[in-house]
Amino acid sequence: MNPLYNYLLKLADDSFIMGQRLAEWCGEGPYLEEDIALTNIALDELGQANNFYQYASRLNDDGKSEDDIAFLRYEHEYINAHWTELPNEDYAQTILKVYVFSVYQKLMYEALSTSVDEELSAIAQKSLKEVRYHYTHTSSWMKIFAQGTEESRERLTNAIENIWEYTKGLFAHVEGEEDLIALNIAPNTDELYQQFISITQKDFQDFGLEYPENPFMQLKSRTGYHTEYFGFILCELQYLQRAYPGCTW
Amino acid sequence: MWEVFIQTKPGLSHKHAGTVQAPTAEMALQNARDVYTRRKEGTCVWVVPSKYIVSSEGVDQEAFFDPADDKLYRHPTFYEIPNDVKNM
Repeated sequence: MNPLYNYLLKLADDSFIMGQRLAEWCGEGPYLEEDIALTNIALDELGQANNFYQYASRLNDDGKSEDDIAFLRYEHEYINAHWTELPNEDYAQTILKVYVFSVYQKLMYEALSTSVDEELSAIAQKSLKEVRYHYTHTSSWMKIFAQGTEESRERLTNAIENIWEYTKGLFAHVEGEEDLIALNIAPNTDELYQQFISITQKDFQDFGLEYPENPFMQLKSRTGYHTEYFGFILCELQYLQRAYPGCTW
Repeated sequence: MWEVFIQTKPGLSHKHAGTVQAPTAEMALQNARDVYTRRKEGTCVWVVPSKYIVSSEGVDQEAFFDPADDKLYRHPTFYEIPNDVKNM
C-alpha cells in the first residue's frame, strides 16, 4: 500500500469521525450560540476530511472517489484514533474531546505545514487556522467548567477520569508512517506527544485542574480495532450511501 | 446578554448586528464571531454588556425627536459630493 495514501486516511478519518460525532449536537446544544459554535467546528472537521480524502483519491488510480473512500469502507478499514469515536456524553466531555483533539491537530498541522509534500502542506496551513480557533474556544470552556460551579467541575473531572486513557492513541503510527518521517513528509508523532504533554500540563495548571497521572493508556488506536461505539457511527454515517448507492445532492 | 457590533471593512464604523448570550466577555466575543461573522461579514467585532446600553426609550419622544422635524437645512444636501469620496 502507498504509505502516503494510508497516512492521508489517518488524517482524514480522524477529522471525519470527529466531525460526525460533533454533528450529533446539531440543534441540541446547551444554548443557541454555542450550538452554532460547535456545529461550526464539526463543519471545519468535515471540510478537512474532504480535502484529505480528495487528495487520497487522486493518489490512487483505482477509480474510487473521495465519497467511496469516506462512505464505503468497513469498520476495520478505518484508522481514526479511538479518541474521535468516543461518545459525546455531556457537554463537559464533548468540550474535553475537542480541546484535546485541537491540541493534537494544532501540533500536527504546524508540523505538516513544513512537509516537503506541497499539497499536504497546503491543506495543513489552511486547516491550522481553523484548529487554532477550536483550541481557543474549547480552552475558554475548559476554564469555565473547571472554575464554574461544583457540578460543572465534577462533570469535567469525571470526563477526564473516564477517557484520558485514550489520548495517547491519537499519536499512534500507521503502516508506512516511518517511511514518510524519513522523507520529511510527516512529523514524528512520538516527539509531538511530548509536546502534547507539556502543553496540556501547562493548560491544566491555568484551568485549575489536576493533571491526570494515569500510567495506563489504551494503545490499539489506528490498528483497525475500534471501541464498541464505532459500528453505530458507521451505521448512521453510511446509511444513505448504502441504501442509495452513488447518490449525490 | 451582550450587544454585538460588527465592522464590515477597516475604517468603517461598527454597526449593531444583534445580541448573544454568553457566560464571560471572552466567550461573548467567540459566540458573536460564530453567530454573526461565519459568512465573512466582518473585520472586527465588539461586544458590550447589554446592561450598559442607555436607551432613549421611555423619555419624552416628542420633546426628544420632533424639534428636528422642520430643520431640513441641517442635511448637507446643498453640496455636491466629489466622485472620489466614498462611504458618504
